[in-house]
Amino acid sequence: MTTETESPGSVRADSGQQHLDGATRVGLYETMVLCRTFEEAILREYHADKGPGFDIGKGLIPGEMHLSAGQEPVAAGVCAHLTTDDALTATHRPHHLAIAHGMGLRAMAAEIFGRETGLGRGRGGHMHLFDPATHFSCSGIVAEGYPPALGQAFAFKRQGTDRIAVAVAGEGASNSGAFHESINLAAMWTLPVVFVVEDNDWAISVPRDAATAVKSNATRAVAYDIPGERIEGNDVEATWAAAKRAVARARAGEGPSLIEVHTLRLWGHFEGDAQGYRPELAEVPSYDPIPRYEQILRAAGLLDDDAVARAAATAKEKVEDAVDFAKNSPLPDPASATSYVFA
Amino acid sequence: MTITDTTTPAAGATSRRLTTAKAMVDAIAQEMERDPSVVYLGEDVGAYGGIFSSTTGLLDRFGPDRVLDTPISETAFIGLGIGAAVEGMRPIVELMFADFMGVCLDQIYNHMAKIHFESGGNVTVPMVLTTAVGGGYSDGAQHSQCLWGTFAHLPGMKVVVPSNPADAKGLMTAAIRDDNPVVYMFHKGVMGLPWMAKNPRATAAVPDGEHVVPIGKAAVAREGSDVTVVTVSLSVHHALDVAEKLAGEDISVEVLDLRSLVPLDREAILASVAKTGRLVVVDEDYLSFGMSGEVVATVTDHDPTMLKAPVQRVAAPDVPIPYSHVLEYAVLPRPERIEAAVRQAVTG
Repeated sequence: MTTETESPGSVRADSGQQHLDGATRVGLYETMVLCRTFEEAILREYHADKGPGFDIGKGLIPGEMHLSAGQEPVAAGVCAHLTTDDALTATHRPHHLAIAHGMGLRAMAAEIFGRETGLGRGRGGHMHLFDPATHFSCSGIVAEGYPPALGQAFAFKRQGTDRIAVAVAGEGASNSGAFHESINLAAMWTLPVVFVVEDNDWAISVPRDAATAVKSNATRAVAYDIPGERIEGNDVEATWAAAKRAVARARAGEGPSLIEVHTLRLWGHFEGDAQGYRPELAEVPSYDPIPRYEQILRAAGLLDDDAVARAAATAKEKVEDAVDFAKNSPLPDPASATSYVFA
Repeated sequence: MTITDTTTPAAGATSRRLTTAKAMVDAIAQEMERDPSVVYLGEDVGAYGGIFSSTTGLLDRFGPDRVLDTPISETAFIGLGIGAAVEGMRPIVELMFADFMGVCLDQIYNHMAKIHFESGGNVTVPMVLTTAVGGGYSDGAQHSQCLWGTFAHLPGMKVVVPSNPADAKGLMTAAIRDDNPVVYMFHKGVMGLPWMAKNPRATAAVPDGEHVVPIGKAAVAREGSDVTVVTVSLSVHHALDVAEKLAGEDISVEVLDLRSLVPLDREAILASVAKTGRLVVVDEDYLSFGMSGEVVATVTDHDPTMLKAPVQRVAAPDVPIPYSHVLEYAVLPRPERIEAAVRQAVTG
């Protein structure tokens, strides 16, 4: 990367190994803002009509809701290297990854609202977003999004393309069989996969330290003889740099890599989670990665008040348009409840 | 591999006598020839040719890029099949024994079977999950189950259970071409393996060339007028043997081979029972909450007065399949139990 021109505001991320120009840095920020704006809107709409008290099955958005606030650096840093021809499999907490990967917000919001115009015509819900246009999918079962990504990578490889599959799971998933089986098989067959672990410290209420024998899942990559990196500090630029290496390796046909990002679950496991198990709860907002990154970019001269306001306004416009679209879309016809079991 | 392959064609017909295993491989090979997106993967499907000869010769013919031995990682490689199918391939993935579903069921019923539905029909998963079922050779409780009722209970996958060589070929062709996930359950006892007791019908005439048996259509394996035996897989042969024997006593037994549990050919069941008024269901799977109950409910939901006598069910009586030969034969739907049930149905 030494031949790249370093524009004003650019940095050498990741101990100077990867050049990150100003426009890319602003792009990472804007992606994170868009993800957060979406989650804030869903948060608002979700809680708007759950009362009196809190009834999880009530309201325009019923059911469990796992929001991704705080984990935006993973989505922005990884997806910056992908096109919508690349596949991405995500978890029960999928919104940030879907948005960063380029999923249309209207169909996504409509699915979350259970509408006929949603990605799955209201059959899936927020944990089951399937978008053929961006080759995005997610699974509500921990670690079980990894295996299908192998098959997408397998198909892309056989088609002679340099398309890749990215498989995302949480740190709680790293103790499951699907996680290990998948990495071994991808390594054996040199599949173009990037495995990503979002370590947000918590498997619902169980802390990582109480469940996972290794300090870093990069250690587990060693066990499968593939490159592994752990990014500390929820650092979007270091994530971007690690993902750049892993994506390039996969596209070059050299096989899978694993990236673990120590990220942050800013809110509860799901909405309604009082998080009584979380000792540092009062401090959590101070770790929010978005204001922190905003300060870094302001200091680098890449953002000012106007730019920040513009990014917020642009995101708000897109998100509110999607929410309005969803709320004004028809509900599915109950008579069609048994449709789509078979093709 | 020493599969019997007599090549005496039926007079004037373009067919060969093949074992069920060979017929299955014939269909897979034809489809692999026809469609480069078809691949076969699983444990010991390469050089070994499949523990139950489901892939004999395919590696030599199509090479290791299309016939792939996997690690013992059923979750990973079944999931791989799902992802490949989503991206336009038509993988055939083998789960060596249906009994092994426990280590990978999440990929099967939460992913393979649900993605089409959860996507509102926008994503298809055209894959075949092949798996060996059944007992009768003292393989114990973890290697002898049928479990087709369990697969059939979970929505979103077709469940195909061939009983003979021609159907094995025709249903395999249909399964590969189907845009849905199809679980293709082959009984070890009908494969015609040289190292296992087999029914003589495990080798039979199989049409050459393209042969498709539509999924969801039962077959009348033997016509009769006094009593209907509804069954699948190896039990079809036992039922046919019983029918042959009882014909000498002027008991006319109709044998209906369902061929698939999903979709279930309810019309064929009703048509046969409408004719005979008496029903015996034979199921090598567990008795309760399964295929036999579903077949009976098909009749009683429609018109219970069709039945002239109580229904007889011959199934594994809700115990794990025992190891000891005498115990295993006591619980399997052997011909003796089927014969007794038929006699009860016609006299009751």
